[in-house]
Order: sequence, then structure tokens, then C-alpha cells
Amino acid sequence: MSTSTVDLQQDPHGHGDDGHGHDDPHHQHHFTTMEQQFDTSKIGMWLFLATEVLLFGGLFVGFGLMQARFPLEFKEAHEHLQRPLGALNTVVLLFSSWTMVMGVLSARTNQRKKLVVFLLITILCAFVFLGVKYFEYSHKFEEGLLPGHFYKHVGDKIQIDGHPSPGYATFFSFYFMMTGLHGIHIVVGIALLAWIAVRGSRGEFNSNYYTPVDLVGLYWHLVDLIWIYLFPLYYLIT
Amino acid sequence: MSEHTHNPKAEAAVYAKTLITLLILTAITVGASYINFGAMNVVVALTIATIKATLVALFFMHLLHDKPVNGLIAAAGFLFLGLFLMFTLLDFDTRENPKPFNLHPQVAAPAAAPAATAPAVTPEHH
Repeated sequence: MSTSTVDLQQDPHGHGDDGHGHDDPHHQHHFTTMEQQFDTSKIGMWLFLATEVLLFGGLFVGFGLMQARFPLEFKEAHEHLQRPLGALNTVVLLFSSWTMVMGVLSARTNQRKKLVVFLLITILCAFVFLGVKYFEYSHKFEEGLLPGHFYKHVGDKIQIDGHPSPGYATFFSFYFMMTGLHGIHIVVGIALLAWIAVRGSRGEFNSNYYTPVDLVGLYWHLVDLIWIYLFPLYYLIT
Repeated sequence: MSEHTHNPKAEAAVYAKTLITLLILTAITVGASYINFGAMNVVVALTIATIKATLVALFFMHLLHDKPVNGLIAAAGFLFLGLFLMFTLLDFDTRENPKPFNLHPQVAAPAAAPAATAPAVTPEHH
């Protein structure tokens, strides 16, 4: 608060207001301006997103290597995934990304009601996504299409000594690991969206302060961006 | 916060156009998956995915009008992912026998011609 003290001393009116938004209750004293505070938070968020890219990246590289090792098994295993369901989830997530970005715009333009409505639609989309995923997972469980040594599916073409090739179980290990980690991100996203929806409904965000909305938006778009790659790799490529 | 100066209506229109483009690209990539391009299947699908990801990053994540440092961080993340992928694939592609020998019987039986000089170890030709 030392800067404020200086401002008070230098300000003939004694308001302590130097036009940099010091009156904003969200303004933390170690930032000169609200804009600097916002930019700093955003850089931190982008650094976190870069680590997320690398977290998923390791799995993508592993998937690519195993795909090269077991091309025939992977091709056959991917036929068990239903393309229309994957496409549906892609559309749902893309639409939710749009409602999210509209929510950020609403927060920035002081439209409290629109912000909450857009956030609620985004949450609804997230639940639709998880519902479709639940349907897909239970279908896989029933058919024994499970990771590692839990793999119980019968009737695969490539057999080694009377057992299905390990390529099939490897495919589903990666499938559940990658879509599961992505699904956990969706669940975390729902919690974050609910949190900012509650805060937004209380009128805590305005054109001067909407950092949490913006950062949750960035997170939600990254989750969408990862699905943009998961969808073709698992559902489309034959 | 530099976006303050933008016209909100124009901004909303950009977001709507981005969404429509993304949905059209999704339709294209699903349609293309029913056509067999052979080895190009992966290239076609991942090219469309990268276009979609770029649109999301530039417009929905505001990178187009954002401070360059954020784009730099994002680009660095993908750059290091690219390095990771490239060197792993280089290693994989330059190996004679990448399959574990016990998984595929057909590659577990190497030619026994130079057996006189070498002890009974699985030969690796590098």
C-alpha cells in the first residue's frame, strides 16, 4: 500500500485516486495498474496451458509410436469407436467454446445476465459431452474392450498363440488414458465454470475486472483444442 | 484489456463466423474420413485439425490481438512438443527391429548365417 500512501500525499484532493483504478477492490497493491495485473495473470495462465500441452503431448507421442508399432491392430481396434458419437461430442465442445467466448465478451461489456446464461449453456454442453462419453465407455466395458490385461474382447483378427495381439489392449490403454484425462479436465472445467457463474451472478465482474472469466475461458478452449486432435486420431484415421 | 476499444457487436460476429468455420471443417474432416487417401489419411486429418486448433487459438483464445508474449508461450509449448515427437520418431524409424521380439514370432527368428563369429545374441543391424 506504499504507493497509495504516496498518492495520498501528492494528491491535493486527498482521494488517493491516480486514475489507475486503485479504488477497485480487486486491485492488488503490488501491481501498478489493473491492466498490468490482468496481463500478469494471463501470462501465468498461458504458462500453465503450455505445461498442459506437454502433459497431453507425452500421451500423443506414445500413441503415435504404438500406432506405428501395431498399425493393423490399431486400425481394427478403432473400428469399435463410433464415429457419429465422436462427431457429436466435437460439435458439442466447439459450440461450448463459442458460448464460453461469448460469456467472456459479456463480462467485459458489463452484461451480467448474459454472462450467467452463456456460462450455464457451457456447463450444460459439458454435461452432454460427459453423458455421451459415459454411453461410449459403458459400451466398451460390456464388450471387454479394456486397457492392458483387463482386455477381454474375443474375435480379434490378429492372434498370437491363441491370444489377441497386445496391440489391441495397447490401443484401449491409450484410449482410456487420453480420453479419461481429457474427461477429468472437463469435470474440473465444470467446477470452474460453476464457480465463475456464481460469482458472475453476484455481479462481481465488470469491464474493469473479469480476469477469472477470461482465464477459465482460456482453460476451456484448451480442453476443446485437445479434443480437436483426439477426435481425428481416435475416431477418423483408418 | 486492449480489446476494450473493439466494437462488441463486431467481435461477436467474428466469434460466430469462427464457430461456423469450425463446424464446416468438422463436417469436412468427418466426410474425408470415409474416403481412403491411403498413407495421406493421417496427413489430411491432422492438417484439418491443426487449422481448427489455430482458429480456436487465434480467435477464441484472443491470440490474434493479444500481447505477443502469450502467443510466444503457446508457440514454445508446441515447439517443444514438436522436438519431442521428432526425436522420438527419428529414434523409432532408424531402428531395424522396433518390435519387442517376444510379441511377433515372425521377427524373433533372425538369420543364423554369421553365428560363427558372434555369440547367441539377438543381432541388431545399425
